[in-house]
Amino acid sequence: MEDTIAAISTIVGESALNVIKVSGKDSIEIVNKIFSGKDLSNVKSHTIHYGFIMDGNEKIDEVLVSIFKTPKTYTREDVVEINCHGGISITNKILEILLLNGCRMAEPGEFIKRAYLNGRINLVEAEAVSDLISAKTETARRIGIKGLTGESSKLIKDLREDLLSLIANIEVNIDYPEYEDAVVVTKDLIKEKISGMIYKLKEIISKSENQLLIKNGIKVSIVGKPNVGKSSLLNKFLNEEKAIVTDIEGTTRDIVEGSIILNGVEIKLIDTAGIRETDNIVEKIGVEKSYKAIDESDLTLFVLDNSRKLSKEDEEIFNNIKNKKVLIIVNKSDEKQELDLSKFKKFEIINTSTKTKDGIDSLKNKIIEMFNLGNLELNDYTYLSNSRQISILKESLNIANNILKKSEEEVDLLEIDIKILWEKLGEILGETYKDDLLDEIFSKFCLGK
Amino acid sequence: MNYDVIVVGGGHAGCEAAHACATLGNKTLLITGNINNIGDMPCNPSIGGSAKGIVVREIDALGGVMGEVADKTHIQIKFLNSKKGPGVRSLRCQSNKKLYSETMINLLKSTKNLTLKEFLVKSLIIEDNKVLGIVTEDNENIYSKKVILTTGTYLNSDIMRGHSKYKGGPHGEKTSLYLSKNLKELGLKIIRLKTGTPPRIDGNTINYSLVKEEKGDNKLITFSNFNKPSYKVKNQISCYLTYTNENTHKIILDNLDKCALYSGMIEGIGPRYCPSIEDKIVKFRDKDRHQIFLEPNELETNEIYVGGFSTTMPDEIQEELIHTMKGLENAKITKYGYAIEYDAIDPTELNMSLESKKISGLYTAGQINGTSGYEEAAAQGLIAGINASLSLKEKKPLILKRNEAYIGVLIDDLINKGITEPYRLLTSRAEFRLLLRHDNADIRLTEIGRKVGLIDNKKYDIFNKKQEEINKLMKFIKETNFKCSKENNEFLLKNKSVKLENSIKVSELIKRPEINLNRVLKYLNVKFNKESIEQVEINIKYKGYIDKTNKEVEKMLNLEDKKIPSDIDYEKVRNIATEAKQKLSLVRPLTIGQASRVSGVNPADISMLLIYLKKEYPNE
Repeated sequence: MEDTIAAISTIVGESALNVIKVSGKDSIEIVNKIFSGKDLSNVKSHTIHYGFIMDGNEKIDEVLVSIFKTPKTYTREDVVEINCHGGISITNKILEILLLNGCRMAEPGEFIKRAYLNGRINLVEAEAVSDLISAKTETARRIGIKGLTGESSKLIKDLREDLLSLIANIEVNIDYPEYEDAVVVTKDLIKEKISGMIYKLKEIISKSENQLLIKNGIKVSIVGKPNVGKSSLLNKFLNEEKAIVTDIEGTTRDIVEGSIILNGVEIKLIDTAGIRETDNIVEKIGVEKSYKAIDESDLTLFVLDNSRKLSKEDEEIFNNIKNKKVLIIVNKSDEKQELDLSKFKKFEIINTSTKTKDGIDSLKNKIIEMFNLGNLELNDYTYLSNSRQISILKESLNIANNILKKSEEEVDLLEIDIKILWEKLGEILGETYKDDLLDEIFSKFCLGK
Repeated sequence: MNYDVIVVGGGHAGCEAAHACATLGNKTLLITGNINNIGDMPCNPSIGGSAKGIVVREIDALGGVMGEVADKTHIQIKFLNSKKGPGVRSLRCQSNKKLYSETMINLLKSTKNLTLKEFLVKSLIIEDNKVLGIVTEDNENIYSKKVILTTGTYLNSDIMRGHSKYKGGPHGEKTSLYLSKNLKELGLKIIRLKTGTPPRIDGNTINYSLVKEEKGDNKLITFSNFNKPSYKVKNQISCYLTYTNENTHKIILDNLDKCALYSGMIEGIGPRYCPSIEDKIVKFRDKDRHQIFLEPNELETNEIYVGGFSTTMPDEIQEELIHTMKGLENAKITKYGYAIEYDAIDPTELNMSLESKKISGLYTAGQINGTSGYEEAAAQGLIAGINASLSLKEKKPLILKRNEAYIGVLIDDLINKGITEPYRLLTSRAEFRLLLRHDNADIRLTEIGRKVGLIDNKKYDIFNKKQEEINKLMKFIKETNFKCSKENNEFLLKNKSVKLENSIKVSELIKRPEINLNRVLKYLNVKFNKESIEQVEINIKYKGYIDKTNKEVEKMLNLEDKKIPSDIDYEKVRNIATEAKQKLSLVRPLTIGQASRVSGVNPADISMLLIYLKKEYPNE
């Protein structure tokens, strides 16, 4: 009767492949539901299968699925491992789909706990397992709290308060049927309140998703006057020829995006069109786009040419961006210095050569430092707990939608699902149930003979 | 003098405990301060209510007496929440409180093996942590194998009204001065609780044209599943409703310093669900009126209980307050309201059987365990009586689970969570309330009562007949086709349902929310009794919810199967939170399930506990 649990078992971000582990008696059935390929319910133990993870009709990722049937598995339960193509968003998406299809997010250390309780690792000292779980629980707790932004957690708290007062009101109607001062909760009233909550839940879900810096990645725009080597810098970063690079001024017209993973976080690079005074309409559009990109980015790399003197154009661009988070890139550092840097004393300066690749690594390190990506492990956890929270939010949304569908039933029966909804949302905040309810009942209503 | 069991106290817990022990063949002595006060209702003259009414049905199904006596002596019946779902419906009656007490006394007097005596108890006779009997305040030793304490609010109680405070029990009875001190010396943790009661007034002095009449239901319905007495629904006595007003509130606020509650003389913790009128006015200042229920207390004297008006104001202010209310302008107070403070035992001192963890053979039940309410008391009395008797036969105790009975919820809450105020059952305390229904109390518990030995052949026959009828009806609807005929479809349309496309079984048809089984049976011209129709219909219509609840039950029971060895040392469990360690050491739960419900214990603590058990007790 144990639940089936799932978790990402690799450090997300760095590796090309990620593994999601599922354990429990329904693990094969659940993975089979979201897998397009061979029917996994009939395959032999310890076999690997190629296919796709599906979200409804949408292909999410090309994967290899390994099936391990009880008892010869890590936890002694049925275990499925999904090898997917890395990338935080994809890996988390797959986890989310698993959770929506009946898996529960594994508690910290739960796989090893199961392995131990099921007698799999009988040589491991119990204390060691216990210490490990204890440590992981503490880390996860600290990070779990951090994972939820203040705004979302307040919204969820408010929702729970609304639910609690609805539940308390229903309970008062039941336990004190003759009490006149409480509103009699009707199906219609429930319908109205739950509809309002559904709207808010959707809003929180989209906000939480938006707020995930890591999911969105860090947007870095590269600006500078034409032909200072912006596109070349981008390409060195990306290690591939994506932008069109020529020596003719104004050839980069469109914003080219490419991204790399730095310490598990996606860095989105945006190459802007060279900014200069122009009457050319096409080029003008490009310039406008550039400024928009700069506005939307988390970091601006301002590229200067070491071999040329500081021009009016350079100064004008600089005036437009100097209030943003800016790194000064002095490119063509391998050429003879003509550039006067005295104007940029207060700014971080990095010398690069896109011809020799000099300075690219120091630039990467600088970004890691600026966004505190060094604490990779923390950031990973933060994201994971967010993904867990978002999937709980989505489950909650499902429950709320079901309540609306069921509104033909008696109020006290609808309340069963309202309570489940309230508890579900509590899981996100780690809050408990019953005492709150009695407090609410007796503080809001003047009851008793 | 030697007895098998001595029951100390003749309230609702004591009555059930003594009756159960004696009926199960044990030589039983019930000791009380005043035999005429046995089965008294010192507060409201009413039995049942939300959740509590279901408890009375459960007591009855197990072979207790409260339901039977309540049925014989009620003067009004109301079936609460009858329009809500089946999980929250409950019966409540107004009792002729004098007749209730007399009927109970007669029942106990006619119970074989049971002796009633008037004494106050001074102390327990204990040897090697085992109870051997009691010592009376007259220094007489009476010996027994088991002692059940059901002392209610009588332990070292103080009566408080205005600024006066004196030792005494409810209604001028003597308090038990020494017993709680003795219990403390024996190492039991004693807590101080408080409750209160409103004034009573002379019904002949009420202006009934100014108050609102509240009539009973017109439907015959009883607490007892057996020996169903019939009564004339037209002969019911009404209750009445009036309200406090601005004037009442002003007088209370002006005189707060004069009442016991707000003058700082009360240390005990009172129940939130039973606030005094002073509390209501102070804590809910925005309310411009409160409901006051006028309930007939004693038919013979026409005394009226002023429900909702519990107070500790001095007499003259109580007079003034009562006269501010509509219809009570000239009402005469016959008894003044008061607060009572009393000693109780911290219920975490008990095992799930209600036997003391420290002193073997000692059981406690009712208000002494920190509960409030006649029904809660009676339920514990019955369980303590049953378990003392089972223990005499060296049998395992009866422990009802949370999915089996409200009584199970009550005792599980008390023992695992402890209390911070007098405990009252509420439907919200039962997580599986859809299973713990009024209508199926007998189905849930009669077999258990039979096995214990409290359900005699006559009752058991009645139960079995009902079961047979239910099975017959279930078989009938599962086997009978409802054909897709013109006539049948007309019947469906008439009942606001939709036409059939194909013939279906009646059992399928009943799943439609708008289709009523009774009507279908009438239409099909077959007869079954009301009870079986109700049972079958609930089980079919609410199957989805019932199945869902059963799944949750299964999860709970799974944890309940994992036993914790009684010799476990929680100090040795690594990585468990200090609070959890303390609470677990105190409560000493028997199973992982019980451990998970102990307040202050987190899921992570349970994980640590499981790992520890696996290592230290690999074979269990």
